[in-house]
Amino acid sequence: MINVRSIASISKQASMTAVLLASIVSAQAATTISIESWRSDDANIWNDVIIPAFKKSHPDSNVNFAPTPPTQYNSALQAKLQAGTAGDLITCRPFDTSLALYEDGYLEDISDLEGLKEFSDVAKSAWVTDDGSVQFCMPMASVIHGFIYNKEIFEELGVQPPKTEAEFYSVLETVKSKSRYTPLAMGTADQWEAATMGFQNIGPNYWMGEEGRKALLDGSAKLTDDAYIKTWAELAKWKPYLGRGFEAQTYPDSQNLFTLGRAAIYPAGSWDIQTFNSQADFEFGAFPPPVAKAGDQCFISDHTDIGIAINANSENKEAAIEFINWMATKEFAELFANAVPGFFPLSNHEISINDPVAQEFISWRGECESTIRNSYQILSRGTPNLENQLWNVSAQVINGTMTPEEAAKQTQDGLEQWYAPQQ
Amino acid sequence: MNSTTKNDAKRPFPWHLIVFLFPALLIYCVFSVYPLIDTLFLSLFDEQQGQAHFVGLNNFITLITDENWSHAFWNALSNNLKFFIIHMLVQNPIGLLLAVLLSNPKLRLSSTYRTLIFMPTMLSVVIIGFVWQLLLSPIWGISEEFLYSIGLGHYFDAWLGKESSALLTLSLISVWQFVGIPMMLIYAALLNIPDDILDAGVVDGANPLQTFLHIKLPLILPTISMVSILTFVANFNAFELIYAVKGALAGPNFSTDLMGTFFYRTFFGFQLQQGSESMGAAVATLMFLIILIGVMLFLFFVQRRIRRFQL
Repeated sequence: MINVRSIASISKQASMTAVLLASIVSAQAATTISIESWRSDDANIWNDVIIPAFKKSHPDSNVNFAPTPPTQYNSALQAKLQAGTAGDLITCRPFDTSLALYEDGYLEDISDLEGLKEFSDVAKSAWVTDDGSVQFCMPMASVIHGFIYNKEIFEELGVQPPKTEAEFYSVLETVKSKSRYTPLAMGTADQWEAATMGFQNIGPNYWMGEEGRKALLDGSAKLTDDAYIKTWAELAKWKPYLGRGFEAQTYPDSQNLFTLGRAAIYPAGSWDIQTFNSQADFEFGAFPPPVAKAGDQCFISDHTDIGIAINANSENKEAAIEFINWMATKEFAELFANAVPGFFPLSNHEISINDPVAQEFISWRGECESTIRNSYQILSRGTPNLENQLWNVSAQVINGTMTPEEAAKQTQDGLEQWYAPQQ
Repeated sequence: MNSTTKNDAKRPFPWHLIVFLFPALLIYCVFSVYPLIDTLFLSLFDEQQGQAHFVGLNNFITLITDENWSHAFWNALSNNLKFFIIHMLVQNPIGLLLAVLLSNPKLRLSSTYRTLIFMPTMLSVVIIGFVWQLLLSPIWGISEEFLYSIGLGHYFDAWLGKESSALLTLSLISVWQFVGIPMMLIYAALLNIPDDILDAGVVDGANPLQTFLHIKLPLILPTISMVSILTFVANFNAFELIYAVKGALAGPNFSTDLMGTFFYRTFFGFQLQQGSESMGAAVATLMFLIILIGVMLFLFFVQRRIRRFQL
């Protein structure tokens, strides 16, 4: 009967003690609800904009936004929850991380919450149990993929934002042959860029968004199908348009290449908008992933990234419910979308965003169908891990060290090893 | 014999030794011995939904035989061996050479050189990683310009991004950073060699090369073997440089994956991959065994044969 405890649990105990002490020091009035979050970048926005707006309509409540740096969030939150010192509201990472917290009994079942009626099923999909019966976080924000382009370079070369693949490559070709700018600012050194800004960005147009993603989940489609091979084949075609030595180009390198005005097009996630707003001194715009031929239905990766849940052991559940119901309102959606351009509310309210590029991104929801990254729900639970594989093979396909067919075969083989519907 | 037993009887038990050793021993046990033993135990369990149950050596069998795990494991181990061999072949000879040059009494400003060469060793590995990433960057780096200026420009490539060269490049960055350690240790050993031995050699007509090969080298061999052990242990625990430059997925295509990064992904998880404490402990245990066996082989086959001289 050996009591198994790991090194990790020692540090957990240490941090628990620290958290306990901290919570004793900062013991507050019972009506104050506190929010656990990893968005430390947004602390000012919460304290100066969002919380004051809430207090206007709810004068007798206090809200305390208590963020932890993103890299430490998951482990710190786990420790706080185990020690019973976590805040009343918990900011949720998407999918399995939060599902595990719900299964361990830390998150409240909020399926009957009034505010949830404002969200679509795709938006809610990141925080439901596998059978869809219990909703444990309310969707808060998503990020959208697309391409950000340098308007000045486009004007200089007389090109328009492309709508179809053919136009896309003709723009790249023009930039490459008629100027000294780098056509596409993307590298493969960090690997995730290739998978997230490449594969997951343009892929939904090939696998028909949610339809294709669900088909992978129920086993009626395979990663070796044409849709996926075509996606990788497209990525392989990007290679000549990337900067010299792109194999050693990191994500910050790509950002800097673009903000210094040395690259024409940047395969983007909408979170880049804030960075570019503060760093680029030229006008930039955005266009959605190009479709195969004009008039095709377009699909965008509108990836559920942030949710919010109620701590099951909270002593202020009434106040917490009140607050997250307010987070489902149009008022919150507008506040949030304008305060943090690039993170988009997931509720169905029609909102207007002042930032022109963020407005452009969110406008695609009107014409294109939304989907989420196909490796996130359920498919990354086994060994080998699909998300890690996608990083690896997408980077290799762009580097030219692997063919699209090999990439498809490797990922499909990985999935078949553990995922029953694919066997 | 009799006298010693009498002495023993008279001598009181050395309580003061216990008292003085206790604080250090306590800290060592709490922060080193206990976690190590706990890791060994943990590797014999399987954790699911917070419930740990005993599975014996199953984790190790999975690690060595299961296709997914074993491929990653052997890949990390062989990369780690390459990493170590590059250090042995490049870092330690250069360290020795620098130490010999520094110990030359005719060399001026030797303490300045010593400080400069030792400087990178004192810097954070993460900073070194970023600095070299920038130096070698095809976009902003100065390496390409520099190579063109000496006429080797067309040899330049995105070394850190190519599967064939990424590990070698990282190994050489690590060599550049840590060459100061063997240099310092060997330099100190060289300074300890009495001048009269060297003088005697000169009187007997030994030229500088002979002096080095037949007098200095035998006297610093124990130090060199210690440097080798240190290199071995440090290299099999290497992690920060790879993590800082290539991230935890150690790309491209796991070509820079060392035991350290493999362990990190297994224990803490990565992105959507959930960490597994018991599997991670199994990897850590194997790392521990590899280092232990390596050091034992070294002690048995090399250390025993090294003669020590009373100076």
